Amino acid sequence: MKIHEFQAKQILSQYGVAVPRGEVAETPAKAAEIAQRLGGPVVLKAQIHAGGRGKGGGIKVAQSPEEARSLAEKMIGMTLITHQTGPQGKRVKRLLVEEALGVAKELYLGIVIDRARECPVVMASTEGGMEIEKVAAEHPELIFKEWIDPSAGLAGFQARRLAFRLGLSGETFKQGVRFLSSLYKAFQASDASLAEINPLIITTQGGVLALDAKMNFDDNAVPRHPDIQALRDLDEEDPLEVEASKYSLNYIKLDGNVGCMVNGAGLAMATMDIIKYSGGLPANFLDVGGGVTEEAVTNAFKILVADQDVKAALVNIFGGIVRCDMIANGIVKAAKELGTKIPIVVRLEGTNVELGKQILKDSGLAFTSASSMKEAAEKVVALAK
Amino acid sequence: MSILIDKKTRVVVMGITGGEGTFHTQRMIEYGTKVVAGMTPGKGGLTHLGVPVYNTVAEAVEKEGANAAAIFVPPFAGADAIMEAADSGVAVIVCITEGIPTFDMIKAKAYLKSRPASLIGPNTPGVISPGKCKIGIMPGHIHTPGTVGIISRSGTLTYEAVQQVGKVGLGQSTAIGIGGDPIVGLKYIDLLKLFRKDRGTEAVILIGEIGGTAEEEAAAFIKKEFNKPVVSFVAGQTAPPGRRMGHAGAIIAGGKGTAKEKMEALEAAGVRVAKSPAEIGLKVKEALK
Repeated sequence: MKIHEFQAKQILSQYGVAVPRGEVAETPAKAAEIAQRLGGPVVLKAQIHAGGRGKGGGIKVAQSPEEARSLAEKMIGMTLITHQTGPQGKRVKRLLVEEALGVAKELYLGIVIDRARECPVVMASTEGGMEIEKVAAEHPELIFKEWIDPSAGLAGFQARRLAFRLGLSGETFKQGVRFLSSLYKAFQASDASLAEINPLIITTQGGVLALDAKMNFDDNAVPRHPDIQALRDLDEEDPLEVEASKYSLNYIKLDGNVGCMVNGAGLAMATMDIIKYSGGLPANFLDVGGGVTEEAVTNAFKILVADQDVKAALVNIFGGIVRCDMIANGIVKAAKELGTKIPIVVRLEGTNVELGKQILKDSGLAFTSASSMKEAAEKVVALAK
Repeated sequence: MSILIDKKTRVVVMGITGGEGTFHTQRMIEYGTKVVAGMTPGKGGLTHLGVPVYNTVAEAVEKEGANAAAIFVPPFAGADAIMEAADSGVAVIVCITEGIPTFDMIKAKAYLKSRPASLIGPNTPGVISPGKCKIGIMPGHIHTPGTVGIISRSGTLTYEAVQQVGKVGLGQSTAIGIGGDPIVGLKYIDLLKLFRKDRGTEAVILIGEIGGTAEEEAAAFIKKEFNKPVVSFVAGQTAPPGRRMGHAGAIIAGGKGTAKEKMEALEAAGVRVAKSPAEIGLKVKEALK
């Protein structure tokens, strides 16, 4: 799960991570009021779930409350396009208004799970403000890593080692070590999958603060953090994906025109792959769950036919112990209820497969049966053309 | 021959009295798996599906000689169940549970370091040695005993591969789902080592998917130390970056973990890589010619 920058900063500051003073504004008047309260120049930052905001015009500096107001008038409601939003961009609903700080140095800090080593890894770099993937590709020697023993957490010596490698000294070094240990505590306590401070700044006064902050959370753990769950912003998600998540379906909208409905994530990805291999492009990823139920099939159908881009659809169900007649009944019922007009190719496997095919045939609806994945993919791609 | 489980395997089912536990325990018993005990805290003393239920796994091991555990418990109890099973001394733990938080699994895996149990999963369909023993939720009837070993991060895609193997007239020695989560128990290399020693396995199918580097690690191992033919398919060639494709572990993060990288690494290691999931069976047939 993703959250906004201002939300990440709120969580981090609860754990003692130093962040600039600031508040969220949803109106220009509020932006001016916050600027007044903070005093001096402020930074207005558009709050959307995407990086690259600065280049797209989503981050501006105001010297006075009046300027903050006039800038906010332009920014709130604007459609911000960055390299991460896609060409349609994201509408800006709110701004984070923060004190502008004198920056002496920009550094990088990030924590993720290292899957191969099966533990968190804290990464630090002197190359702040750049995309870390780019630094990793061009200057891997400038990224310093500490792997964490989960029972010990980030040990003091590890935090000191990172701070020394970042070139910190004196009071700034002490603040840096404190920052690192607070950041790790926040990461572990909130079941995060990513905590990224880019840039981490050293101010002209020697202070260490998170100028930007990004946090993602382990979806499996979110249910045990109701406070974090409450931060989900549905406006940042595709409406069909939000609808699908209500039915506990895994759905991701893609660019093609061949819809697909599959049971199981691996088979769903493989079905997308074989659609492409057969000359088509998948319109979506849709996993109805390995132990497919009639209800899941019905709900998945609603999502599939609601997508205007879908010209033909492939239903690929490997039921195994699930009965095909039950699945076929679900498909027929959903298709009749929703009055779908698009051609649908169905490939069923499992107990009573012949009975299932008969039910589809007798339904009088536009179903095409297929016995293998290859045949199903070729048929659906032809129908979508 | 087979690996991990066979006719001598004696299973305790953790969470046997729950809905999923009940349904799949019945299927396992029908398949011929020796389910010798169940475990649900507070339900000790009951008999469920003709199987004695205990409060702890340790009792099931002591009284019934259980040497493998199947886990069907809710996600937040999953890591604890894995640790209890490991502590009781069973040799094989199969964790079907999906949705265990990553940090819980990090702790459970650290706990397993000092205990000899082999963990399969979590978020796995389980493991089956056809005709001998099935621990998991896969449809038993599609499998046939044979000489092909299967290792996969997926569920239904594994069934697809199993069926294709059957259609070309071959069967499986053992088929294992290693799980769709970022952190799992046994990985490709651990299982390739077991298949290398198993005289009943002549070829291996390795089914991968986007996310992480497990396939690349397996490729490096195959190149140096594995001499039986390997066929592979990697799911997610069309998956967009940065999106989690159903499985918690199936995500291209920071441009890493793409199907392309994995397929190239496997090809470079001499693995026969199927570009289409419909070609898995044929590729195995070819490999065994």
